[in-house]
Amino acid sequence: MKSKKKKSRLPFLAQAGPVSAWMILFVTIPMLFIIFISFMSRGTFGGIIYEPSIKPYETLMDPVYFKVILKSFEVAIITTVSCLILGYPFAYYIAKKPPETASRLIMLLMIPFWTNSLMRLNAWMLLFQTNGPVNNLLISLNLISEPVTFIYTDGLVLLGLITNFLPFAVLPMYASIEKLQKSLLEASADLGAKPSVTFRKVTLPLTFPGIFSAVILTFIPALGTYTITDMLGGGKVLYIGNIIKNQFGATRNWPLGAALAVLLLLITALLIFIYTRFSKLDDMEVL
Amino acid sequence: MSDPIVLLKNVEKWYGKNHVVKNMNLEIKHGEFLTLLGPSGCGKTTTLRMIAGFEDANEGIIEVQGERVEEKEPYQRDVNTVFQNYSLFPHMTVYDNVAYGLTIKKVPKDEIKERVTEMLALVQMTGYERRKPDALSGGQKQRIAIARALINNPRVLLLDEPLGALDLKLRKQMQIELKRLQKKLGITFVYVTHDQEEAMTMSDRIAVMKDGVILQLDSPMEIYNRPNCRFVADFIGESNILDGVAESVEGTKIRVKTDNGYFTTYGEGFAPGERMHVSVRPEFMSVMKEKTEDFSIKCVIKDFIYMGTVIKTLLGLPDGREIKYTRFDLDPNVKEGDTVYLYCEKGRSVAIHADSTAESEADDEK
Repeated sequence: MKSKKKKSRLPFLAQAGPVSAWMILFVTIPMLFIIFISFMSRGTFGGIIYEPSIKPYETLMDPVYFKVILKSFEVAIITTVSCLILGYPFAYYIAKKPPETASRLIMLLMIPFWTNSLMRLNAWMLLFQTNGPVNNLLISLNLISEPVTFIYTDGLVLLGLITNFLPFAVLPMYASIEKLQKSLLEASADLGAKPSVTFRKVTLPLTFPGIFSAVILTFIPALGTYTITDMLGGGKVLYIGNIIKNQFGATRNWPLGAALAVLLLLITALLIFIYTRFSKLDDMEVL
Repeated sequence: MSDPIVLLKNVEKWYGKNHVVKNMNLEIKHGEFLTLLGPSGCGKTTTLRMIAGFEDANEGIIEVQGERVEEKEPYQRDVNTVFQNYSLFPHMTVYDNVAYGLTIKKVPKDEIKERVTEMLALVQMTGYERRKPDALSGGQKQRIAIARALINNPRVLLLDEPLGALDLKLRKQMQIELKRLQKKLGITFVYVTHDQEEAMTMSDRIAVMKDGVILQLDSPMEIYNRPNCRFVADFIGESNILDGVAESVEGTKIRVKTDNGYFTTYGEGFAPGERMHVSVRPEFMSVMKEKTEDFSIKCVIKDFIYMGTVIKTLLGLPDGREIKYTRFDLDPNVKEGDTVYLYCEKGRSVAIHADSTAESEADDEK
């Protein structure tokens, strides 16, 4: 075993060379730059003064930011859980279909995902306007007597987030469920397990890598998003993403924006760390 | 005990327009080792899966221990399966895999431990409890799969080509072990394979299947010595099959006219003018220097092949087909290029009725 490992070492490095260069250029350097900026000072009229400072991080300790972070977490968690609950049965359903039907269903899932996101968001706004189709429908069904305000509410923000991130949740879970051998489920039934027991003891543990990928792929972007919360929430409630955007935009406090970005990065890293601690790395292939 | 443990009555199975099991009737006896043998696509696995409950029969009755099971789900049936690809749960240890059936039945932990230990000893896998299936070889996985099924004390064990993925040597060893296990436990084994040698080695009875139909159900010896149709004669072991027409029938003696000459065999129930086949095992075929009235199929000795225990002689018929015969020693009377006539002693060849359906289907395939 040992000699085998040694043998493959050099060729591996050689193979990894171009990838490493690519990663360094496009991932590591920009990331290091963000971290670097987060430890600098803010210029009076915006921009960066290259003087080391931990002021951005001190600012983060302000309870106002803590509340924003909490709120962002809440929304991201609700979004993620909703995507899992809605996505898993759907992914399961697709995975059990013959390949041709499955690819068509995935296509249906992807079409809205390929549409320009601004168009999609505006479409939601139009649908839920005070005198929009949704309100009109509800009134004509006599479910409500006067129009309900949907736009700029948390509910609409969540709807926007869930519909936006659902494909990211479904795809890795689909990949994982699709890989699940049918004969394992048959073996479980053969040994006396009811479908619900088989699901709990076989299906769920074996598709966990897909579920975790779905969590990472929805939770992290949902935590950092700003277009959806901005447009559908009308900027009434602040989320981390909106603040970061503001720091780099209107407020021009780049170091603080960078510090917030670093915070998001740390949360992400922590999640992935937890995952790799509790499962084998080679299960991550669907990620 | 005389009642069959598994009974299939008029069972039909369609996959879309594909009629995979046709009016199947099968009685499996208590404690026997029954093999469903046939080429791929003959419906043998489907039959097994219908007994296990993974496939629903479109029509007919399936009984296990005198109880109708067609409406029962797999988890409600008192049979267990050993799968072709083992299907061990990859996220569980060997121990948890074997214990699975008992864990589900909520058997007390101490008893589970005792039974798992016992089962692992039975399949000679003691000491592997903590391993994951990935860390086992094919043969070891198969032993665990067998232990996992047997721990539930099934009345019937269904085995779907369980040795298909193993190499030849290991397969031979496992065949003997499986047979020993089955005798020791007295459980009924229903075994599916396409390997006729495997079927011969292990089975009490073999059901030879083709195109969703059982052609012959008999002991290995009967099937080898008295195949009831051309397909069985051809599929089980090596055979020389001569096609022809019964020209004259005197008592049991039948003089068969083939395209290449006359050949004489013995059998009952044949009428002059009937199309028929004669099957002769290579070890029973022999040759003569001169033709007789009863044996006049001329052929040329093409080759001698040394096979270890036997020497196989290849003969060429005038129409290009090959005839094989085997001997323990080299026949000193013949050499390559000699012209000889086929001969077979009384009782060594098998007369087979031409089966109209088998013939027409063979034509369809062309």
